[in-house]
Amino acid sequence: MHFGLSEEQRLFGDALRGFLAARVTMEARRAAAESSSLAGFWNGLTELGLPGLLVPEEHGGAGLGLLDAALAAEALGEAAAPTPFLGSAVLAPLALCLLGDPAQQEAHLPAIAAGRVRVAVGLGALTGTTGTCTLRREGERISGSITGLIEPACATHWLLALREGGFALVAADAPEVRIRPRRSLDRLRPLADLDLAGAPAEWLTAGDARRVLDAGRVMLAAETLGAARSMLDQAVAYAGQRRQFGRTIASFQGVKHACADMAAWLEPCRAFLWYAAQAQDAPDPEARMLACQVKAHLDEVGREVARHATEVHGGMGFTELLGLPFWFKRIAANRQLLGGPERCREEAAEAQGLIA
Amino acid sequence: MDLTLSERHRALQAALREFIARYGHLSPPVGGGGGRKRPDRKVLDWQALLIEHGFAARAVPRQYGGYGAEPDVLDAAIITEEFNKAGLSLGIQGQGIRMLVPTLLEVGTEEQRRRWIGPTIRGEVIWAQGYSEPEAGSDLASLRTHARVEDGHFVINGQKIWTSSAHFADMIFLLCRTEPDRPKHLGISYLLVPMTAPGIEVRPLPTMTGHATFNEVFFTEVRVPVDQIVLGRGEGWKVANVTLKHERMLLGDSAKLVHRLHRLRSLLAETVVEGEPLLQKPVWRDRLMRLQGEVLAAKYHQMRLLSEAAQGQAQGQAQGRDSGLGLLVVKYYGSTLAWRLAALAVDALGDAGLPYEPHDEVAEDDAATAWYADWMYDLGLIIGGGSSNIQKNIIAERGLGMPREPKINGSA
Repeated sequence: MHFGLSEEQRLFGDALRGFLAARVTMEARRAAAESSSLAGFWNGLTELGLPGLLVPEEHGGAGLGLLDAALAAEALGEAAAPTPFLGSAVLAPLALCLLGDPAQQEAHLPAIAAGRVRVAVGLGALTGTTGTCTLRREGERISGSITGLIEPACATHWLLALREGGFALVAADAPEVRIRPRRSLDRLRPLADLDLAGAPAEWLTAGDARRVLDAGRVMLAAETLGAARSMLDQAVAYAGQRRQFGRTIASFQGVKHACADMAAWLEPCRAFLWYAAQAQDAPDPEARMLACQVKAHLDEVGREVARHATEVHGGMGFTELLGLPFWFKRIAANRQLLGGPERCREEAAEAQGLIA
Repeated sequence: MDLTLSERHRALQAALREFIARYGHLSPPVGGGGGRKRPDRKVLDWQALLIEHGFAARAVPRQYGGYGAEPDVLDAAIITEEFNKAGLSLGIQGQGIRMLVPTLLEVGTEEQRRRWIGPTIRGEVIWAQGYSEPEAGSDLASLRTHARVEDGHFVINGQKIWTSSAHFADMIFLLCRTEPDRPKHLGISYLLVPMTAPGIEVRPLPTMTGHATFNEVFFTEVRVPVDQIVLGRGEGWKVANVTLKHERMLLGDSAKLVHRLHRLRSLLAETVVEGEPLLQKPVWRDRLMRLQGEVLAAKYHQMRLLSEAAQGQAQGQAQGRDSGLGLLVVKYYGSTLAWRLAALAVDALGDAGLPYEPHDEVAEDDAATAWYADWMYDLGLIIGGGSSNIQKNIIAERGLGMPREPKINGSA
């Protein structure tokens, strides 16, 4: 038995962290928050093979699993990186692999692996969205509206879930589409509202769309874990420098205990995330329950850490001078995406047969 | 991640299941918080059966009365999991077995091992732990119980407190100051003292659970031969830290949390209010689901630490390479969560759960009393063995590298 990461997974994580540390500077985050332009950054991630992580080898990808994707998401969260990773590198290839036919896979997976196709996602039909989702299939076309499309910046396609099951894959340049970009609380992950009037679509209907949602929830949990661990590290570092009453504030028990609490909440989440991610690839009857629970748990832990790590920074945490709100808002937005913790826990109960 | 068990571990699992099917009905009851009285015949027989099959004292060498298996953290975890799943007793868990035996195995003399380990693991000799004092709790090294040497004997005077089991223990392992002129950590010795020695007085200390599990122990001119010491004079703090290292390697007990979550789920399913089980009411279900998320984190965290410890053991290390911070959070996280699980249970019991009628026998407690006893006893576990506030200091200082509180002038 070996419960933990392999040497390859460690090396991959280190390489990705190295790249992100060099490229995702505070200036880069601020620029991305203003312009929503990700192109240069995405090219770098493409060179690292990120878009093809889950794409099978016969389609030009690395053929790795959800645990590897979760480690990438954790590193991206740690860096509060602006990226279309969730939709383009995880949900779209997964939807094609699980629900697409061989021709669709052949048509899209190599382009995804090469980073040429970037996919924004709208899963409101599955997540209990508080916004609008009136998408409907009309023959081979799709109509209706959806709010809260995730990662629309520089997307070439949209992956849209329908209430009757399955996904529509829609080209972003179709003329029957009206898109309204929205600035989000998390400036590094913009949103958009979409109206479709009989837009041409490809249909992915050969499997269970909920598995794609499960994977998305695991990815958001991973990102939140990374972002929260970074916030704790930043709080500890700041407390070690900031002096008051003639000593560093890190030597005050009130500050130490806040940091110890954050560490105690976060450290057990790592193994939970590894296990939940791994379970998505195996035929594991608990996979859905685990995906829902790991998202809900990290939503809760993330909120506490985001608050307390900001508090340790005092007034500096509240301002944008140190950039801490980038992490705070990533965690806050992730909590609401793809179903908040109450929704996830209710689905977890359902998945265990607890609801009569 | 490779979660498949080895051939040998699967065989152990199969042997356990066979043992449980055949002998499970002989187990004494579990739960209800705390060792309340001396092990009775049923407990002693169960203990003997466990040792014979290698499910207790597994890694204690045969010449000292144990089963004599190679130490293996996964073995221990598999045994714990199977017994917990079946709701069976893991045998005697007293401080003699958990703390003194591994300490003697590491630093005791051959004579001490031969004399004490066998009777201790069989439950014939019960030990109390003499550490805390009224003025030395979290700051244990400032303890004041002292012993002078006189005609080949230590002569002990002082007071210990929070001493579990002292009212029925045969022996006490005791930290006391023997070198008053040396710095506080270097002036302490670790002595083995019979509770029957003249000059020892035990006064029960009633606790909120209503069970007589705690005591004060007073020492007045108590004499023990000078060879009743583990390691040398002034080395008691070192011995105590050997003991603590073994306690830390127990890694907390997520199996207890998982088992308790199952009991809690059954309680919510069986408690019907106005025609509907609590489990079908969203408010209650959400509370259960939230706790489940926290238990799952504890469960997989323990698997990770076990796996790292097993690899460390293979490489001759005391713990896994990456386990530092992970190990430090276990006691704080686990004890707080256990208490919160019991807290949901007492809420579900509601006003009908208020009649509280504890017995000396755990098996005689009704369900509501047992939940309340767990809930209150677990608060004791949050406080004991390094309180949560001390745990948070340790996590911050050793795990996160934050500085210690500056010393106040005059304190050591």
